[in-house]
Amino acid sequence: MKDQISEIIARTVELPGGIDSLTDTSDLYEAGMTSFGSVQLMLALEEAFDVEFPERMLNRRLFSSIATIRAALDELTSEKAGA
Amino acid sequence: MLAKTPVNETSFLDELFDRGLLIETGVDGLYGRSGLFEAIGDGFQALVSRYGAADKAEVVRFPPAMARSVFEQSGYMKSFPQLAGTVHCFCGNPADHVSLLQTIEQKGDWTEGQKASDVVLTPAACYPLYPTAAKRGDLPAEGRLYDLLSYCFRHEPSKDPARQQFFRMREYVRMGTPDQVTEFRANWLERGQKLIGDLGLPFAVDVANDPFFGRTGKMLAVNQRDQRLKFELLIPIESEENPTACLSFNYHQDHFGKTFGLTSADGEVAHTACVGFGHERVILALLKHHGTDVARWPASVRSALGL
Repeated sequence: MKDQISEIIARTVELPGGIDSLTDTSDLYEAGMTSFGSVQLMLALEEAFDVEFPERMLNRRLFSSIATIRAALDELTSEKAGA
Repeated sequence: MLAKTPVNETSFLDELFDRGLLIETGVDGLYGRSGLFEAIGDGFQALVSRYGAADKAEVVRFPPAMARSVFEQSGYMKSFPQLAGTVHCFCGNPADHVSLLQTIEQKGDWTEGQKASDVVLTPAACYPLYPTAAKRGDLPAEGRLYDLLSYCFRHEPSKDPARQQFFRMREYVRMGTPDQVTEFRANWLERGQKLIGDLGLPFAVDVANDPFFGRTGKMLAVNQRDQRLKFELLIPIESEENPTACLSFNYHQDHFGKTFGLTSADGEVAHTACVGFGHERVILALLKHHGTDVARWPASVRSALGL
């Protein structure tokens, strides 16, 4: 999943320094992601993982790193599997 | 016939119509204004000018419309497609004209053949300014400060007189380094409260967000609030629970600088901030709190407004 998230970030978000230098916990906003970038990333993640982020998850922190995105996706996909 | 049940939402608007302060046009949110309404507004504008005088802003006035190309470049449709108003015109030949008239006669949809012109209605007073400012080259070391006033359009028909489709917005727009523009905003946050205090109006200042469209807009709104990019000075007009934003203090970071290629003296992307004054909203707040008989307003308020 981590590789897939990185691939989606690379494809949808413009980061001046590229994605290669980012670790799981690097702050994407500090790396140059704009508010619109985070919205585009959210939509691309929803499409790729066939999930919909509920309103409570629509916040700045959730989309701030690969690790936080992964935790949210884990939660959503396990909810789906349990349903 | 049953007596008309008073509905809170319309009562203040009805009073404004009855007093002739606003004039109905048949469309919610599109009203004429009386001489008295305008005189109160003139007094308010002069007061704002006095508060801002020491900064020596450059005065610029645009018509309430802007170039469609600039509007497209601004990215407004990404955030607020529901509010935008575009100007469409008849561009046909004489045969099209005949068919147009027939369609109108038959009460059909005559607007179908209207073509988009190069003109879009201004959604916020500062939008036409950015490309104009960018054309002047790098900002000087001290940055720049502009004074704007324009009618603006937002498509949001409502019975709330404080939510009109055509309304005026006065703005001071600061361009420069992050320090310069955040200092400007902090100053106006103080000044704005003092100014509204001079008018004897109750208010509160709070973090706010713009009305971004749709589910993705929720995310943008949360981002904006988290970063404390927008503050509003709120005055109760239609309701105590949902007071109306009458002034707003906005830090755009490098959004407009990047979008329109605006650069500081050091060649870095310029940052911008603005303070906006809702012209009609402040007039309505005065009428709501001090009554529609201006002669009975507190002397200090009339003096502040030169009335």
